[in-house]
This record gives sequence, structure tokens and C-alpha cells, in this order.
Amino acid sequence: MPAELRNVIYFVAAAMFIFGIKGLTHPRTAVRGNMLGAGGMLLAIVVTLIDKEILGWQWIILGLVLGSSIGGYLGVKIQMTAMPQLVALFNGFGGAASALVGGAVMHELISKGEPTTTQGAVAIAATGLIGAVTFSGSMVAFAKLQELISGKPITHLGLKAANTALTLLGLGLAVMVVMYPQAAWAYWLLVVVMLGLGVLLVLPIGGADMPVVITLLNSYSGLAACATGFVLNNIVLIIAGSLVGASGLILTRIMCVAMNRSLTNVLFGVMAEVGDAPSADEIYAGKVKSTTPEEVAMLFDGARRVLIVPGYGMAVAQAQHAVRDLAGLLESRGIDVEFGIHPVAGRMPGHMNVLLAEADVPYDQLKEMDEVNSTMEQVDVVMVIGANDVVNPVARTDPSSPIAGMPIVDVDKARTVVVVKRSLSPGFAGIPNPLFAADNCLMMFGDGKKMVLELVGALKAG
Amino acid sequence: MSDSVLLLTIFGLAMIVGFEIITKVPPTLHTPLMSGANAISGITIIGALLAAGHEQTWLTVVLGVCAIAFATINVVGGFLVTHRMLSMFRKKG
Repeated sequence: MPAELRNVIYFVAAAMFIFGIKGLTHPRTAVRGNMLGAGGMLLAIVVTLIDKEILGWQWIILGLVLGSSIGGYLGVKIQMTAMPQLVALFNGFGGAASALVGGAVMHELISKGEPTTTQGAVAIAATGLIGAVTFSGSMVAFAKLQELISGKPITHLGLKAANTALTLLGLGLAVMVVMYPQAAWAYWLLVVVMLGLGVLLVLPIGGADMPVVITLLNSYSGLAACATGFVLNNIVLIIAGSLVGASGLILTRIMCVAMNRSLTNVLFGVMAEVGDAPSADEIYAGKVKSTTPEEVAMLFDGARRVLIVPGYGMAVAQAQHAVRDLAGLLESRGIDVEFGIHPVAGRMPGHMNVLLAEADVPYDQLKEMDEVNSTMEQVDVVMVIGANDVVNPVARTDPSSPIAGMPIVDVDKARTVVVVKRSLSPGFAGIPNPLFAADNCLMMFGDGKKMVLELVGALKAG
Repeated sequence: MSDSVLLLTIFGLAMIVGFEIITKVPPTLHTPLMSGANAISGITIIGALLAAGHEQTWLTVVLGVCAIAFATINVVGGFLVTHRMLSMFRKKG
């Protein structure tokens, strides 16, 4: 096949990726969009395989069979609650594949005795650098999300010095790779140093910040693929890699805004210490009103608009289906039911939406934070299930709070708030929540699933 | 225009197109967007196929096969799990 024709087909594949992602702009067209993307991938692979220079079929088939069986297994079997781990894993594999291809191309050029262009050498250094840091960083993120290692933030003064040293060493080695393209050791040493840096960069970051870490690594995996494109002078790699890079950057920004923290603060800082804010006892003393499912069922009798605000605690309690039943029951009585989803309600962007969609909650019932906030005053009953920091009004009222300025779901402005929670224990931010002591707030203490099921039972009986 | 500049231009344009369309993806689909992006980043498979397929040395074949395996996991796993998720999204009624 002439190189021109191959490039034209690569362009078609790239265009299919772009239109595929465009399909994701609406749930109605999303399935088709994903298939279009898969079609583009198949096209690019087939065109590459009919290249006349391909000799080692047995090796290619080995790699494809191995990858398809593992990928197929993961894709079909993974639990939706484990999506953040899976994405972390995939980010890492993307980075690893790029670093390996960079190394393979370098060795091929050396063994052929062909000179490496400056662009080629810079790109090879970039694949090693980004690919390796993405791989090891993602593996640590995976281990944290899977709770193989502690999700607690680790702060150690030596860590910063080590990171600076490894970064400088890595950049020095990258310059070596560019200046002496024949020195294969420099490339592999660069990879080793970057693997170490990836581990040290992600290890100190706490579990609450993992959404930002995986979106950023998602972006890196795309940029690594992009760098591979510059190694091979291949446009489909560059375009596809850039799309992934852009996507990860946008999501990283959205997550940072949702937590009101800068990227540097997430990556290198720790959450602000709790200052001389009132203690939990001062806030809660004598003001917390506890309620029962029977009372809440009566509350719903006079309600016309109900908002459900789920947090990750709902998913931990596996209460999604019970919540769906509750929403269905309320709707059958003519009550208007909506879900208010905070951007960091789950463990990755859009995670809560997937968990609710899995439980058969229609997507047009899932509303964004800004949308529900604008009409909060007209809501009769808000049910907060397994959420805490994202509904804490101190984010608005107390400028010295560690979550000051973080956008929240303003549930305190609704007529009545019912909070389903095991205890008064604080969320990730480690601060008490004055909402629980507010006049219009009732606490329903207990396991999310059990309490919602009891509420459904009480509604049916009443 | 040199090749490098041409490729950088394509890179810049693709980033712009990416930013333009991805900002329009609603938050409700952000998880499928990420797993779909994983699948698309599996495009490195193209480079891996060339590396393993040229059978230059044992080393390049081993590196290539590992790269093919990693990239294929992303492609197959990424598109499958994205499809699974997207099929769950339904409209009311």
C-alpha cells in the first residue's frame, strides 16, 4: 500500500475518533459515538497490519491475544464501583505501551545504524519521560483506590527533596538521550528514574484527591501516545493522543474547581489545617434532631418537590437500588423527584451518574449542582444520603474553613433536610457540619441501604 | 514547512479541536469519557505493531509484544467497558 493512501486512511481514523467523542456530548448519541471510535481504531490497526514491512505475525498475534483476553475480561467483569481503579490501570498501561514503543524504536534505529533526527530523539526522550511516570504513578493510584495501600495523605519533608532530585536527574538524562541517541542506557535509566518519580509523586496524595490524580494521569497517557506519534511521524497517533490529553486536562480543571483547590495544591500541598473553628461538640450540642423512617414517610405526605443528594457513602452502602425504588415510589404519588449531583460526589468525574444509571435511574432525572441550587428554595424535602463535605454550608460562610469557597449543594436552603448517615463523623475534610444542627435538618442515623429500605416500607404501609 | 513544524501544527490543531468538543461533554458522561479516552490512547498499538512486526532484533520484538499487549488491553477493555456504561443510560419512561 502506498504511504499516501495509508496516511489518508489514518486521517479517516482520526476523524472517526473526533466524531466519536462528539457523540459523547449527549447520552442519546453516546453509544454510537463509542462504536465510531472503536471503528476508527479497527481501521487504523488493519491498515497498519497490511503494511508490507510487517514480518513477525506470530509475535503480533501473541500480543493481541494476550491483550484482548485481559482487556475483554476487565471490560466485561469490572464492577461499576471499581471504575476509578480500572481507569487508573488503563492510564498506566497507556503510559507503559508508549515508553516501550519509544525504547523499541530507539533500539531499532541503533541496530540499523540509522541516524536519529533531532525531532525523533526529543520525542523518544518524551515518551520515556511521560510514559514511565504515567505508568508508575497510575499503579500507585490504582493501589490506593483498591485500598491495597493506605489512602491517607503522607507528608514527609524528605519527599520533596527526593522529588526535586529525581526531576533534575530525569531532565538531565532526557538531555543525554537527545544529545547521544546511540546511548540506549540513557533511555532506560531515564525510564527507571521516572518510574521512581511517579511513585513518589502519587504516594503522598490522599484518597480524597484521587479524582484529580487519575484525570491528570489520563491526560498524561494521551500525551505519551502523542509523543510516540512524533517518534514515528504518525498523524493518527498525534491526533488521538492530543484528544486524550485535552480531555484529561479539562476534567482535571473541572475537578480542581469543584474542590476549590489549585492543581499545585492538590499535587504538592496538603489540605489546610483545621484552624480555631468551633469544635464538633459546640456545634452539635443539643441541637441535632434525630428522626425515624416513619416520621420521614409522613414528611413526604405533604411534599411536592423532593431532591436526593447522593454521596459516595451511598455507593459504599450499596443503596443505589433502594434509592431508585424510593424515587419511583415518590413519583408514583405525584411528587417531583430529582437527583442533585455534586461534581466530586463519586470517586472520579461522573462516577455517581454511572452508579445511578446502573441502578436504572433515568439520566434526565440527574441534575447538576448549579441547576438544583437555583431552585433550592422551592424544594420541600432534601434527602442527603452518604454525603457530608459537599453539603457543608461553612464552605459559604466561614472563610477560614479548609473547604472555604468550595462549591456545594445548598441543601440548607430547602424547607426540610433529611440526612441519612451512620453517625456525626466528619468527611474527608475532617470538619464538623453545622447543617446537621440546623433547625430544618433531621438526622436519620443508620446504614444507608437499611434506612432507605425501611423508609420505602414505611411509605408503603402509610 | 519542515516535517516537525507540520506535526506540531497538527498537534496544536488536534488539542484545540479536543478542547472545543470535550468541554461540551456533559458531567453525566464524564466517566465514560475517561474510559473512552483510555481506549483511544490505546492507539499506541500502531507503533507497537510496527516495532514487533519489523522483527529487527529479539529486543525490539520483546518490547513490541509487551507494548501490543498493554495497548490492546486499553483498546479492548476501554471500548467494552465504555459501551457497557453507556448502555445503562436511559431516558425517563
